[in-house]
Amino acid sequence: MGVCLAVLAVLAPVIAPWDPNRPDIKKILAAPSSIHPLGTDQLGRDVLSRMLYGARVSLAVGFVSVGIASLIGVMLGSFAGYNGGPVDGFIMRLVDLMLVFPRFFLLLAVLAFLRPSIWTIMAVIGLTGWMGVTRLVRAEFLALKEREFVVWSQSVGASGFRIVWRHILPNAMAPVLVAMTLGIPAAILTESGLSFLGLGVQPPHASWGNILNEGKDAIEIGWWLSVYPGLAILLTVLSYNLFGEGIRDALDPRLRQSAGRIVTRR
Amino acid sequence: MLLYALRRLLLAIPLLIGITFVSFLVIHLAPGTPGEVQTGDLSIQSDKDMQKLLVELYDLDKPLHVQYWKWVTRLVRLDFGRSFSPDARPVLQKIRERLPVTLFLNIVELLIIVTLAVPIGVLSATRQYSVFDKVTTVFVFVGFATPDFWLALLLMILFGVQLGWLPISGLRSLNWEYLSFWRQLWDFAGHLALPILVATFGGLAGFSRYMRQSMLEVVRQDYVQSARAKGLSERVVIGKHALRNAMLPIVTILGLSLPHLVGGSVIVESIFAIPGMGQLMVQAVFERDYPVIMGNLVIVSTLTLVANLVADITYGFVDPRIRVGARRGRR
Amino acid sequence: MQRVARLTPALALALALGGCGGDADSAVDQSVRPGEKPAYGDTFIEALTGNISGLIPNVLSDGPSFEVGSMIYSGLVQNDRDLNIVGDLAESWRFSKDCLDLTFKLRKSVRWHDGQPFTAADVVFTYEAMINPRTPTAYREDFKAVESAVAPDAATVRIRYKQPYAKALQSWGTWMLPKHRLEPWVRAGKIREAPENRTSPVGTGAYRFSEWRPGEKVVLVANPDYHEVGPYLSRVVYRIIPSQATIFLELKAKGVDAAGLTALQFKRQTEYPAFRKAYNKYEYPASAYTYLGFNLKDPRFADRRVRRAIAHAINKRELIDGVLLGLGREATGPYKPGTWAYNANVRTYPADLDKARALLAAAGWKETNADGLLVNRHGHPFTFELITNQGNDERKKVAEIIQASLKELGIQVEIRVIEWASFLKEYIKKRRFEAIILGWGIGVDPDQYEIWHSSKTGPDELNHISYANPEADALLEAGRQSCVQRDRKKYYERLQEVLAEDQPIIFLYFRDALPVVSSRIRGIVPAPNGIRYNFNEWYVPKHLQRYTAG
Repeated sequence: MGVCLAVLAVLAPVIAPWDPNRPDIKKILAAPSSIHPLGTDQLGRDVLSRMLYGARVSLAVGFVSVGIASLIGVMLGSFAGYNGGPVDGFIMRLVDLMLVFPRFFLLLAVLAFLRPSIWTIMAVIGLTGWMGVTRLVRAEFLALKEREFVVWSQSVGASGFRIVWRHILPNAMAPVLVAMTLGIPAAILTESGLSFLGLGVQPPHASWGNILNEGKDAIEIGWWLSVYPGLAILLTVLSYNLFGEGIRDALDPRLRQSAGRIVTRR
Repeated sequence: MLLYALRRLLLAIPLLIGITFVSFLVIHLAPGTPGEVQTGDLSIQSDKDMQKLLVELYDLDKPLHVQYWKWVTRLVRLDFGRSFSPDARPVLQKIRERLPVTLFLNIVELLIIVTLAVPIGVLSATRQYSVFDKVTTVFVFVGFATPDFWLALLLMILFGVQLGWLPISGLRSLNWEYLSFWRQLWDFAGHLALPILVATFGGLAGFSRYMRQSMLEVVRQDYVQSARAKGLSERVVIGKHALRNAMLPIVTILGLSLPHLVGGSVIVESIFAIPGMGQLMVQAVFERDYPVIMGNLVIVSTLTLVANLVADITYGFVDPRIRVGARRGRR
Repeated sequence: MQRVARLTPALALALALGGCGGDADSAVDQSVRPGEKPAYGDTFIEALTGNISGLIPNVLSDGPSFEVGSMIYSGLVQNDRDLNIVGDLAESWRFSKDCLDLTFKLRKSVRWHDGQPFTAADVVFTYEAMINPRTPTAYREDFKAVESAVAPDAATVRIRYKQPYAKALQSWGTWMLPKHRLEPWVRAGKIREAPENRTSPVGTGAYRFSEWRPGEKVVLVANPDYHEVGPYLSRVVYRIIPSQATIFLELKAKGVDAAGLTALQFKRQTEYPAFRKAYNKYEYPASAYTYLGFNLKDPRFADRRVRRAIAHAINKRELIDGVLLGLGREATGPYKPGTWAYNANVRTYPADLDKARALLAAAGWKETNADGLLVNRHGHPFTFELITNQGNDERKKVAEIIQASLKELGIQVEIRVIEWASFLKEYIKKRRFEAIILGWGIGVDPDQYEIWHSSKTGPDELNHISYANPEADALLEAGRQSCVQRDRKKYYERLQEVLAEDQPIIFLYFRDALPVVSSRIRGIVPAPNGIRYNFNEWYVPKHLQRYTAG
């Protein structure tokens, strides 16, 4: 399902039947029909086309922000885990510190000052979401560091970077992947929440969050405006979550506890 | 044990400093000046003096480190400054009148979540892969995956407009003052029903999944297996031995989940018109009210820190391993 | 939820001084049934989208505070149903021949909410508070032209101006502040910290303050000593509900008694019988118009024939139907229909493509190129960029409809939507635009010197289209130097003719304000000044009163 969606999103310009931003004042709030399979919105724009383009934005927000978070998390986590000692202590205190802030508050504060464009939103969601991954990677490193193959490479004089890059990181990637799978839906939800407050991706760009937000004003006369994007978010988030849980269960049981913490919203 | 608590307390101090630092940084590194009004229409009258006045009043022209130092020294005296919004009220006062509502809501939500999540988690763990397990898994994730403002609107339309059973927004009815105590309580509960429903449905997944995992792990432990081998009934094994151990980490999770719940209350409070911290934060953000934003960040995160601390110390009391470890450390 | 609405000061002042103003749909009270007499009692519940920031509106700038403040305080003058200036705390006034001296006679026996008498000393105090540099107010500009204000006796105020100031009279609609309460706070430069701004405001308005629960509600109660008719409604409760969607649901569930609707809500979501029975709907033009503006420094747009051609190409009615579902009125100039300065007899530009083509041909745009675009004698095609600000779908739609209309003429329009702050800073202030879609909020006084006068073209000034017409300049100068409405009316009527001939911008439409009010409320008479100007006369017949406790 997740893959399916990504494909649809990439192909949006090809398969979308209409220009997603072109208003048609003669067809305001038209109910779903064969011409507009999911109806039209308050400005007469085709909801299906908007949703397809919106999928690109929403998924991009999910992937990029989680990518940023994971990158930071892997770097800090491996740095902390490999070095140990005061470096580890400092980084872990940093993690504790960031975890103390309600993420949504932090997001709001930052977005009030940066103009909410799609890039700032990705960056900000990413920059406030790296703590879980850092913890995971560090834990993996602490465990792997003592394993014989690492100890052996150290004894033959391999460089620290090489050890981390070639030997430890690949082994630590599995839990990171799980965390990423679970982070993407959370980012999509966060963006929709920001859209509700008017701080999400700005129109005319469509994200599922702001299509849903615009749809809420006509919720009683145009059910298709809020039901479809609402369901799209729901099903995507659900599928990513169940998928993430699935691979986690299939992996080393030791991961469970730490990855479990990722399932929080904001 | 005392040492353990003390050590935790000491560890919290750098975090506290960190909180002030991050709060300050977040606001001041971003471009944009306060008082920059955003409207769709140009105004015929405008007053440029206002901007200057603001800068003078709040040292905005001084270097950042000077501003920070001034701000922190005032924080120590619990002086959060005055709001930039024209009411110019002390920030602390503004926050104080908003905090109880948000705290109350969050505690109630937390209690409901725990009372629901523990049985769901335990039952789905002991019956792993059963129909119950699968149904609850999907159920809690649907709760997690539903955008909360959407769910809130749907519920408001259903219960508020169509059925007319529950009030749509606010904390109390207008005739609240004239009601008897029990009526007041009933009225209050009615107003809170929908917001709490939305928040708990969204927060259920985290806890119940955690409980399920925790239980699954405990069940596989040796002492549970041996209790089973001793021929104790499944009820006793699960209820007495496994559950107690599986419940332990919940205390820590409670502390950690607080910021997420408080963050979630931003949207719930906005849509249900509940005068809490979340609403205050949103308004401050739109008005670029630095002191209120900073005050909010500092106070909420400090509260979370305190909650974590309490959770940690409680955990120390209940978990024998830490008790023993602490004693060993003393020796 | 939308960004917290901030009214521009001018627009806000207009609002505060008496509703949104507008053209009379009908002067008949739609709500009165025969045989009903005004009755006292009941509670009126309204929604505010933001928390109020204080209770002394003179030093505040947000819409919610104005709305509440205008109930608690009153000024020397106010605007009546047709936006004429009439007395409020002042019984009468007189200008000297040279328009430099203004003398008010105050009403006697007006009392502040705390029982103290209202006197001329309070008026002088309010003036002094407003010009005090330590008072953080956005309305000081109005009083800078004053040379002196004195109170020869308790019921007389004499004001002398440095030079004639058109808005002189209107500016005394500002809310009067109690000297006996606020003097030390104003002296200390801390008026916002006064308890009167927090918990105990004292005004002379129709309602007294009762309670303010931040983020929750503000409660006002009727002032039994009010110096005019009424008020009949004994309590007014403002509920603070940040989300527009929630307000609309509350309206449907009868949790609030009044709200402003969007065109879509007005047309499509409130037409069912139960709603029609529970609420009366009103529509009148709001105090703001939308326009297509040209950079007159651009040689193409400097030619009046081109501007007129474009005016002929735009079908304003179609625009209003498409963008506002028909809920707006065509604009012919910068004044609102129904107000005293408005002139209906100006040149209009009915949609007529042939006329437009002829005008363009006369201006040198005769040939078309291979793409079907008009070209001038150098072969340059007629294309321009039309910019508007982000966050306003209405303007974007206007731009798109204009784009389609001009395409038929052979003019290609590129639309760009730019974020508001950089739109202002990078494009408007630096004059780096070819054409714009924007709106002007208009005040109650017809003086628009700042917008049209050729001296006001600096970067921070408002004539950003660089309009310059000696006759318009002369009329604007004459208009602001006179204090005789009869004379001013002549100047502004002529100004509208000049603007209509010149079409420096194309005046598109006045959007309608679309309030609904509970049908149990009687006494509402829509007028050019909207519906709120006679709030004190609104009442609920005894048998329909809903909130009787307390």
